[in-house]
Amino acid sequence: MSERFVSRGFVGKRRVAAPGGRVPPGQHAVDDFPVLSAGPTPRIPLEKWTFSLEGEVETPVRWTWEEFQVLPAQDLTVDIHCVTKWTKLDTRWRGVSVDNLLEHVKLKPTARFVTAYCDGGYTTNLPLPDLLNGQGFVAYEYDGRPLAPEHGGPARLVVPHLYFWKSAKWVRGLRLMEKDKRGFWESAGYHHRGDPWKEERYAGD
Amino acid sequence: MDDPLDEARELMLDGNSVAGILYEIFGAEMTASPTECEHCGKEGELGSLLAFVSAPGYVLRCPACEQVILRVVQTADYVYLDARGAVSLRVERPAA
Amino acid sequence: MLNRPLEWQIATIEAIQAETARTKTFTLSLPAWVRHLPGQHYDLRLTAEDGYQTQRSYSIASEPEREGEIDLTVESLPEGEVSGYLNEVLVPGDLVEVRGPIGGYFVWEVSRGGPLLLVAGGSGVVPLMSMLRHRRAVGSSVPARLLYSSRTPEDVIYADELRSLHEDGDGLEVIHTFTRSRPTGWTGYARRIDAAMLKEISAPLGSRTQAFICGPTLLVEAAADGLVATGLAPGRIKTERFGTSGGTA
Repeated sequence: MSERFVSRGFVGKRRVAAPGGRVPPGQHAVDDFPVLSAGPTPRIPLEKWTFSLEGEVETPVRWTWEEFQVLPAQDLTVDIHCVTKWTKLDTRWRGVSVDNLLEHVKLKPTARFVTAYCDGGYTTNLPLPDLLNGQGFVAYEYDGRPLAPEHGGPARLVVPHLYFWKSAKWVRGLRLMEKDKRGFWESAGYHHRGDPWKEERYAGD
Repeated sequence: MDDPLDEARELMLDGNSVAGILYEIFGAEMTASPTECEHCGKEGELGSLLAFVSAPGYVLRCPACEQVILRVVQTADYVYLDARGAVSLRVERPAA
Repeated sequence: MLNRPLEWQIATIEAIQAETARTKTFTLSLPAWVRHLPGQHYDLRLTAEDGYQTQRSYSIASEPEREGEIDLTVESLPEGEVSGYLNEVLVPGDLVEVRGPIGGYFVWEVSRGGPLLLVAGGSGVVPLMSMLRHRRAVGSSVPARLLYSSRTPEDVIYADELRSLHEDGDGLEVIHTFTRSRPTGWTGYARRIDAAMLKEISAPLGSRTQAFICGPTLLVEAAADGLVATGLAPGRIKTERFGTSGGTA
């Protein structure tokens, strides 16, 4: 096999220097906030927006936008890692933790996994423990401002310890599941869990 | 200031932009291939489908109802293809 | 269309020509050149020393009658990873990896007949230029009109050549519209392409027109909708959306 061809003088995107230990393997830090999307940006008026918890719960619950806004919210500053290899450090969000949301339902013993479902049809799946203990939020503000539609507004899931495709944009609810059901990208080659520190990018990694 | 929703729409391309990977998968030129949307029945060539290529994979959608027609993911070792959104795909046979 | 493997080949940059302040045409000689259809593109791949690779698609600007080489016209984008390399680093004699020609939907050749209506926004004129150069190379007088939207007169790619093609009098008319600033004394169109403009442009060509629209997504969609509104059958309208990368993907 012949030597791989190299383009003279090509070095690729400039990488932002990042403190050691904060950038997972195979990632590079960026300054901007790339917009990646599998479809057109949904536009949902706030008066039509609701957020639900359903599935393996005793009684499903649903909030309107006004009701959601009065739930206890937190500010969080986290690093985020996209499977397409960019990492953005110190992103600032405001939202309601999944822990707080789950206080409003009684989980059945069969509730082991979660499917997040969204406007536009996107879904992603996670083991329930990955959303607990401050690891998962439904965020509606980014960088001190209402979350922009192209970044998932009115609200998106934020689960920073997993690859950012799990942080579903335009999220409308969490369905508690007995069995893990692979979501949009997981059913087309991506890893079912997606831990960036173990480089769990693709199925079988 | 440009409407950010318009900026997001500018990211949307069409089936022409995935011609190369489709050729790799099928061994044939696919953009002129006719297909029918499983969801709404709209017919059109693959080149005319809406394409979202900035994501972790490529998604082709129906220009009429915006439902997913094709998904293509390239991992290190494989290409994954989901064509459930198309009634069928037509691939040209090589000339004899 | 014959099926053949789509292989990467190493092309040599023979010449680099500035077209406008932000666009350049690269002439590439290809060891495995095959005749392309006007409207097709080549994928171009860059590889760094550390193995990092990235790829873009660029429409072929030249006519298939020019054997052994192709022209790619590239718009330089702010922060453009690949366009920055092409425009700032490459010199004649350098090598690039390409594969193609690719595309089967957004293509036209004289044997497909006309009339021909070409609508371009910015660098979307590139694949349409291949069609017009092919038309001239075979001496065709198929009636054709190019409606070309640019921000300013300085942004018009191939300005001299288009003027010369227009003046040839062989059935091609080139009509410009400008959206930000216009030439002194300009009496032509000075606004975004809209349905009224398309109605005026397309009326003399008739209902058997084949239309090709290329440029940024919003322009392409507005032009396609506008042409459908004039009564042209949707099946006669082909579109190619360019991303803000100036090419596709």
